[in-house]
Amino acid sequence: MLSLRRKDIVCQQAVELVTDYLEGTLSRRDRRRFEAHLRACPNCTAYLEQIRMTIQLTGAIEPEELTSQARADLIDLYRRWRSEE
Amino acid sequence: MDPDADLLDRLRRGDEDAFVTLVGRYQQPMLRLARSMVPSQAVAEEAVQDTWMGVVRGLDRFEGRSSIKTWLFQILVHRARSAGSREQSQSPRDGDYSVDPSSFGADGQWAEPVQQWVEDSESRLDAATWFPVIAAALDELPARQRQVVILRDLEGLTNDEACAALDVSAGNQRILLHRGRAKLRQILDAKMDRN
Repeated sequence: MLSLRRKDIVCQQAVELVTDYLEGTLSRRDRRRFEAHLRACPNCTAYLEQIRMTIQLTGAIEPEELTSQARADLIDLYRRWRSEE
Repeated sequence: MDPDADLLDRLRRGDEDAFVTLVGRYQQPMLRLARSMVPSQAVAEEAVQDTWMGVVRGLDRFEGRSSIKTWLFQILVHRARSAGSREQSQSPRDGDYSVDPSSFGADGQWAEPVQQWVEDSESRLDAATWFPVIAAALDELPARQRQVVILRDLEGLTNDEACAALDVSAGNQRILLHRGRAKLRQILDAKMDRN
């Protein structure tokens, strides 16, 4: 997503690498640079943690229960579809 | 392990309860995804219903090489796209930022410290409290970002599965995911109560 020419990366570059880092798609060199940056930077470490929590919270969304009417309608449809086969 | 694996045999035997269970699991996420692809709620509902019909009728042909979930979303994307797409073939823009550039100084470092959302690493944010915030934030994402975030983070599809369902390249999918997550984080961060 972003190629790194200089040895060190700054925060503004680091935040653009977060997804590639989590997806494991950074080159080994970029990964080392990113991790070195994290070790030295509490702000980017906190940012990465926020992204992880965002992913966790998104994953925790539970589907709502179907209403009994919706359920009954679907069962009707299901029977119709199967009988048409 | 695919949580739906046990359902497949039951579905093939015509087990109604298995069908209802599957619908209960996926109706909402499918509607959510469909809604990001078509112009109205009614069209989205139709696409989802069509998908269920496709599932019931296509069960015998389903080879089980992917999970049921991936198969469902593939059918849905196909139906929704042919039902009247409002999507433009937008590709991710380079001009987007994960974090507002004004958050950084001229040297590219954070201008203000990044606050931790929870002080104590043991304490977890309560997911139920944040559910409405996340749900509303999802709706604010651009359609393609929303689709990728729904499949990857909400439904837990793998990278490959999401690419197959949405027919996007791995690179584009990653950029969409990156932008989508960054935007969600930004919205959550703005709502975090820091005592």
